[in-house]
Amino acid sequence: MIYDIKLRISYDYTYPAAVGRHIACILPRDLGPGQRLIAGLLDIAPRPHERVDRVDFFGNRVSEFSFRNPHQGIALIMTARIDRSDLPPRLTDSAQLSDLARTLANSADLGPDSPLHFVSPSVRVPPNAAMTAFASAHLTAAMSVAEAVLALNSALYRHMKFDAKATTVDTPASEAFAKRHGVCQDFSHILITCLRGIGIPAGYVSGFLRTLPPPGKPRLEGADAMHAWVRAWCGPRLGWIEVDPTNDTLAGRDHIVVARGRDYTDVAPIKGVLRGSGRQKSRQAVDVVPVAG
Amino acid sequence: MARKAALPKTDTQLFARYAPLPGVPDELADASGAMRPAWGPFIQHISGLSRAGVDAAFARGDQHLADAGVFFRKYGEAEVNARDWPFSPVPVILPQSDWSEIEAGLQQRADLMEDVVADLYGPNRLVAEGHLPASLIAQNPEWLRPMVGVRPNSGYFLHFLAFEIGRGPDGRWWVLADRTDAPSGAGFALENRVAAGRVFPDLMAKSNVHRLAGFFRSFRDALDRLRQSPTARVCILTPGPLTDTYYEQAYIARYLGLSLLEGEDLTVEDGQLRIRTVQGLAPIDVLWRRMDGIWADPLELREDSALGTPGLMSAVRQGHVTMVNALGAGILETQALMAFLPAISLHLTGQKLKLPNVATWWCGSAAELAHVRRNAGRMMIGQAMSTRLPFETNAPHAIGGQLSGVAGITLDGWLAANGAGLMAKELVTLSTTPVYDDGALVPRPMSLRVFLARTNQGWQVMPGGFARVGRSNDTTAISMRNGGSVADVWVVADTKVEAETMLAAPTGPFVRAQPGPLPSRAADNLFWLGRYIERTEGLLRLVRAYNSRLGEAAEPLLTTIRARLKLYQIDASEPVPRGLRDTLGSAVYSASQISDRFSVDGWSALKDMEKSMARIAAKATVGNDAAHVMSVMLRKVAGFSGLIHDNMYRAEGWQFLTIGRSLERAAMITDLLAAVCAPKAPEGGLDLAIEVGDSIMIHRQRYAVITSRASVIDLLGLDERNPRSLRFHLDVIRARVSDLASLRGPGEMTEFERMVLQLQTSITLHSVQSLDTAALLATYSAILDLSPALGAAYMH
Repeated sequence: MIYDIKLRISYDYTYPAAVGRHIACILPRDLGPGQRLIAGLLDIAPRPHERVDRVDFFGNRVSEFSFRNPHQGIALIMTARIDRSDLPPRLTDSAQLSDLARTLANSADLGPDSPLHFVSPSVRVPPNAAMTAFASAHLTAAMSVAEAVLALNSALYRHMKFDAKATTVDTPASEAFAKRHGVCQDFSHILITCLRGIGIPAGYVSGFLRTLPPPGKPRLEGADAMHAWVRAWCGPRLGWIEVDPTNDTLAGRDHIVVARGRDYTDVAPIKGVLRGSGRQKSRQAVDVVPVAG
Repeated sequence: MARKAALPKTDTQLFARYAPLPGVPDELADASGAMRPAWGPFIQHISGLSRAGVDAAFARGDQHLADAGVFFRKYGEAEVNARDWPFSPVPVILPQSDWSEIEAGLQQRADLMEDVVADLYGPNRLVAEGHLPASLIAQNPEWLRPMVGVRPNSGYFLHFLAFEIGRGPDGRWWVLADRTDAPSGAGFALENRVAAGRVFPDLMAKSNVHRLAGFFRSFRDALDRLRQSPTARVCILTPGPLTDTYYEQAYIARYLGLSLLEGEDLTVEDGQLRIRTVQGLAPIDVLWRRMDGIWADPLELREDSALGTPGLMSAVRQGHVTMVNALGAGILETQALMAFLPAISLHLTGQKLKLPNVATWWCGSAAELAHVRRNAGRMMIGQAMSTRLPFETNAPHAIGGQLSGVAGITLDGWLAANGAGLMAKELVTLSTTPVYDDGALVPRPMSLRVFLARTNQGWQVMPGGFARVGRSNDTTAISMRNGGSVADVWVVADTKVEAETMLAAPTGPFVRAQPGPLPSRAADNLFWLGRYIERTEGLLRLVRAYNSRLGEAAEPLLTTIRARLKLYQIDASEPVPRGLRDTLGSAVYSASQISDRFSVDGWSALKDMEKSMARIAAKATVGNDAAHVMSVMLRKVAGFSGLIHDNMYRAEGWQFLTIGRSLERAAMITDLLAAVCAPKAPEGGLDLAIEVGDSIMIHRQRYAVITSRASVIDLLGLDERNPRSLRFHLDVIRARVSDLASLRGPGEMTEFERMVLQLQTSITLHSVQSLDTAALLATYSAILDLSPALGAAYMH
């Protein structure tokens, strides 16, 4: 399936910012057969004083840019053409839960895809006893890692209610879990916490989700949003699988990967430091349009 | 064979209680109780003193430290609480032979550290080949992923290191801790040396003690050589005045002649690190980092860091700045790493460690975990990835089998549940060294902190350092935070030691060195220091005038004074108003932000003022008493201002301080004139202005006794020779601004320069008649507008 993707993110400042430096992480990744990046472009307005495009530790494409003159806001427009295929994972290749700890202890891999980066707590995923207990309650001894991941993915989907208004980007996952509502970011952080709590390496994936308009209605432009889901490591044979706890599904042809990290902090679409005063208003619009398939 | 001597018998009780602890080596006495030869001259000297002589000598050391304002901020306290430096005047004395062994061992260890860190951020062979467990690196918060694959600009990750070492029961030296990220303490070592010099003025020279200055000169030269361009600067990066070793950082900055910068002083432009100065952005090539790496860049490292510089990591990645040490070097401080270093040394170099480190076990492997479990009674167990010893942290730990910091679990259960997250170290006993306790020397455990700098000739070891000395015989309690003391370390050479200083021998014709551009933040603090000190003075005069008129003057005049004070949030009904103390507190705060640029005398005078103010505030009563204490305070403020303006070097810093002072004085006098020269001003107002304007004498000489609106406006408004007049201070500001403009070079005037010129010209052209209330009010607000305009012009 080939998609044309357009993302527009803008920030408007109440008062002009004197100086700003940002890192954007919004260009989709090129992942080989499953997801090919045919073309991708990131436009930044106003024109930054300097800009460096590079690849970070986890292999994500990031752009660092800065402004030295007062500016009233910034706008980023990302356009990409992606060829995404569905390569369903062979779940039967999964390791058994009971073997995972030993496998990890023997690993000597420090590369970006090594599960060892995704085992211990990270900035937005501190250990949480309630989530670990929730996870343990849905396990059985005979489960493979992949079965455990899918079981928890579904359990969480049933436990939590999607509510776009209930949380903000800074709400801790523990609060969303306690109140049983949140958005894809909360669902993903909670599932990661649950998985790490029972020893399964788990990371955060940011990206786009193709959504279908309601029956009989035209697709509204810019109606989509950036999405987030979870990757979990199921042993050396199966490797990583990606699941979407907000939709109780494996990530497939409708999921387009932008970036992978330990949690949101590693892959935030825009990070930045401004010198200035006042508030800012942000807007985001996403279009994922299938071209051919 | 060196001559051995028993400890001398003296009239005093100095040596009466001195006996080495059983089974513990002592630095002063050997196992038989005989004195070690290196201590000879010292013991001879001190045993020749009376009890009073010893006490007087030791008091000189404390007096020096108090005069110099040396302090150590207690770690982790919410309130700023600087305490006295716990100096123990008895040095630790080591012979050359011991020191040579230490030097060789630490040089070898420093090279090994460089190899390990270069591998961990480079090819990662140590992990791939099984010499280090991958999880110890992958899960380590000190392994900074943005640094992976980055080659340091200088070719080296490490340039300045510290090691904590101690002498074990067998008499050999052991490495207790590695300090590789942003080691502190070199300045403390220097201060201890100066203090020890005051205690024993001639002794050090006579007893061939190695000097420290040569080490610092080599280090300074090495820093200079790391620059890529001769005009670029070398600076120290500090986390700021709230850090526990800020004093030491300011001290070493002054000693080495380096600017002390905070993250906010720096910015990144086109991939280059720059200092934000009053002359714009200035290049910087080398940064001696005293800030832990994880805080250095909120954009790529810890995003909650308010201390760092956004983009610093990017400048490092692009190879435009050398960090001393490279970001990420903190990984080497990982406690569990010591378990692997002996084998890594053999693997990489074929050499055993010349100085062993404390035996350490990582609990991530079954065999080691079992060993730790069996021997927990003689170990301390703590977090594997911590960079601090277990007892220095709040995290759960076990010492000698006693678990603390975690409840409801046995030691075995805790070990089993947290295996790979834990490490264990042998509980070492340290050697003892004498400390002075109420007239007698007693043995106390000690460890040494030793410093190494990378120079042209490889790693150079500071011949000395400082010793941390425990308060009791409990060797695990050694931590300055727990109330131990620190002592100077004397390394005694076998031959005569040449005197050395920081100053390099001149090698060419004399060239006058120019001070570097002033960082904007320092300029801002100096400007506000000038304003707050002047405001304190002006308020003291107003409060005095108010209190001395209570009960005599009519209510309208008192109301006028109260209104002036209220502009500064001052309640005139308090004898020493809270708002007045806050104003002085703001001056002290501004000064504390720039203590590296501030003379020790000036700082002492300022602190003294603050103490006096607090003291009188507790006692003074409204009325004549308050008026009297305001006079006392005025003399102190005058003393401070005199000290500053008599002594301060006439560079940019002084210009900003002076502009701040004149701006504040001009504003206060203008406000007062507007109030007392208004058409319906209360009676007595003109005399008040003359008094507050400190111009009674000159007014009397010029205008006999009668004050009139015209005489007051002339003397306090327009007289260019009266240092209390509006005109005088606008002249000063204009002159200082034109000095600053000459640094800017030719080009368009800044808005600030325009405003100053306009204001000064307008007052110059005014007459006594035309400077009416409306003109005064307009002038007042124009003066206040200068402050933000100055910010826009110089605070880049």
